[in-house]
Amino acid sequence: MSQTAGMNYKQCFTDAVVAALMALVVFGPIMGVVLDGYKFDIDFQRVAVIVCVVFVGRFIMSYYFQTEKGKAMIFKYASNHDGVTVNPPHFKSKMIWVIPVVMVIGFLIPFIASKYILTVMILGLIYVLLGLGLNIVVGLAGLLDLGFVGFYAIGAYALALGYENLGLGFWSMLPIAAIAAAFAGAILGFPVLRMHGDYLAIVTLGFGEIIRLVLTNWVSLTHGPNGISAPLPTFFGLEFKRRSASGETFHEFFNLPYDSGYKYMFIYLVLFAVVWAVLFIKHRLVKMPIGRAWEALREDEIACRSLGLNHVLVKLSAFMLGASTAGLAGVFFATYQGFVSPSSFTFFESALILAIVVLGGMGSTLGVVIAAFCLTVLPEMLREVAEFRVLLFGILMVVMMIWKPRGLVRVTRNGFAAREGAVK
Amino acid sequence: MTTLMEFKEVDVHYGPIQALKKVSLTIDEGEIVTMIGANGAGKSTLLMSIFGQPRISSGEIIYRGEDISQKSAHYVASHGLAQSPEGRRIFPSMSVEENLLMGTIPIGMQYANEDMKRMFELFPRLEERRNQRASTMSGGEQQMLAIARALMSRPKLLLLDEPSLGLAPIIVKQIFQILKDVASTGMTIFLVEQNANHALKLADRGYVMVNGEIRLTGTGAELLVNPEVREAYLGGH
Repeated sequence: MSQTAGMNYKQCFTDAVVAALMALVVFGPIMGVVLDGYKFDIDFQRVAVIVCVVFVGRFIMSYYFQTEKGKAMIFKYASNHDGVTVNPPHFKSKMIWVIPVVMVIGFLIPFIASKYILTVMILGLIYVLLGLGLNIVVGLAGLLDLGFVGFYAIGAYALALGYENLGLGFWSMLPIAAIAAAFAGAILGFPVLRMHGDYLAIVTLGFGEIIRLVLTNWVSLTHGPNGISAPLPTFFGLEFKRRSASGETFHEFFNLPYDSGYKYMFIYLVLFAVVWAVLFIKHRLVKMPIGRAWEALREDEIACRSLGLNHVLVKLSAFMLGASTAGLAGVFFATYQGFVSPSSFTFFESALILAIVVLGGMGSTLGVVIAAFCLTVLPEMLREVAEFRVLLFGILMVVMMIWKPRGLVRVTRNGFAAREGAVK
Repeated sequence: MTTLMEFKEVDVHYGPIQALKKVSLTIDEGEIVTMIGANGAGKSTLLMSIFGQPRISSGEIIYRGEDISQKSAHYVASHGLAQSPEGRRIFPSMSVEENLLMGTIPIGMQYANEDMKRMFELFPRLEERRNQRASTMSGGEQQMLAIARALMSRPKLLLLDEPSLGLAPIIVKQIFQILKDVASTGMTIFLVEQNANHALKLADRGYVMVNGEIRLTGTGAELLVNPEVREAYLGGH
């Protein structure tokens, strides 16, 4: 057949050799030199295996891309135009049935899953919240924020400090923490209104570090690096402890044997509800004029100004809404850990949240949810191959950037339509 | 005829550099006024200063009897001034319809459907592409969209910054024909242009700006035959 006749094996071989050589350079020092105390051993075998895998993999890839199917695939990804896909207004997706299904499954998880899986899911949902918050700032409004973890920290510390100093519990601090984080968002927002791109990124990066350093060094308030304990949520006033000084506990009230899993079940369910609420609010916001204004600001700021858009209001609202979502996530993180310390809020967290937004597809809600779970749940599942986790993470990123440079889920949205008889 | 807008001895500085020097001009209702000048003469600065970006350092911008030089951009935009900015500046990832709807921001959406219909009559090409992303259109179509977007806020005065920028001569001709149609509906237009030939043919009156100062003024026809203008902007023949 013509398919094999046109096959260029020499090309495949050259590609494979080049890739193998590169793998040798990259992996040689990392995998080949094994530190053992103060001396090191040289492990040729591991390097050889990896180089062989790369060689064979590249050969197969090269071969595949010369077949008709492979060519079609390359064409498909090469023509991957940027930007969003706009559906006609009032477009309804056929996948709408997925939402109730996911809701029901998500609701049932705490009753079937083990405690370990539940804690992983809680972590996943916390990152969904963080991703959704940053998605407003970076994905929709186009303001690159590298200090997002600062708002997360404010939320978490608000719960812990509110409990210690004001005696307020989880439920009172949940809204207060969100408001506090939103305020912090406004404080950050004002000075950076005139900044764009790289400059904005640097300032926000600094902001995140300032928050962490204040938490570390203001020992009299935050107990510094020692951290501070955070309260558990209560179920209509019932505590989830084994014994409570102030009245009945949850298991005593319901005549259940004590199980530390109940508190995780409860945290999960509350968090699950909050995530859906945030998803719903975000879904509505995008359709509202403020959502359009965010997207317009991302697309072209000068055009926005010439249209008389109040860019102060638009930018601040994006910062504040994003920050308040992170504040919510912080409260859940604190209550889930039962303890907060500044070491949980390093720049790495900001990078991870940004990775969630970028991997998910800037501005795509579904993408952010999927990416948040991928980046938090996958590392847990890969515990057996813990040594290679960062390597796998890197490979995932590289593959993504080659084949899905716009993120996992392509941003599709319905076009806006003017409402009949709508008044300003 | 009543005066719609008047610049009174307007100075604009970018730091130590003076971009506009004592610029005075008037725009009457129903008129097409053009401002021609070379690159860097200060034409776009003049237009943007109406929206307070940059703020003028001295002088007054009187619009319908009120000094708007210190007002915010959204105040200006919601009081009957609309601008099609230099380089079109449409929203590339938004569809044509969405771009038009963005134009209603200053006044709200109450007339959106009605006005969109009007725009599609004026620009039939846009109706063909109403659900297409704006970045996939040609330069001329994008310019039409930018003008239509500005018209969506029902302006009293339409400000256009170089609508001919980067367009093929035949498309420029089309754009100017459209501007003529828009003007025939009674719209007041202030047109900032480098393409002096087209601009002066269209305009009732014109100003020539050189290095931030108004050098000449007259009717379009007068300026078109003025030797100085011909020398500087029309290739000297």
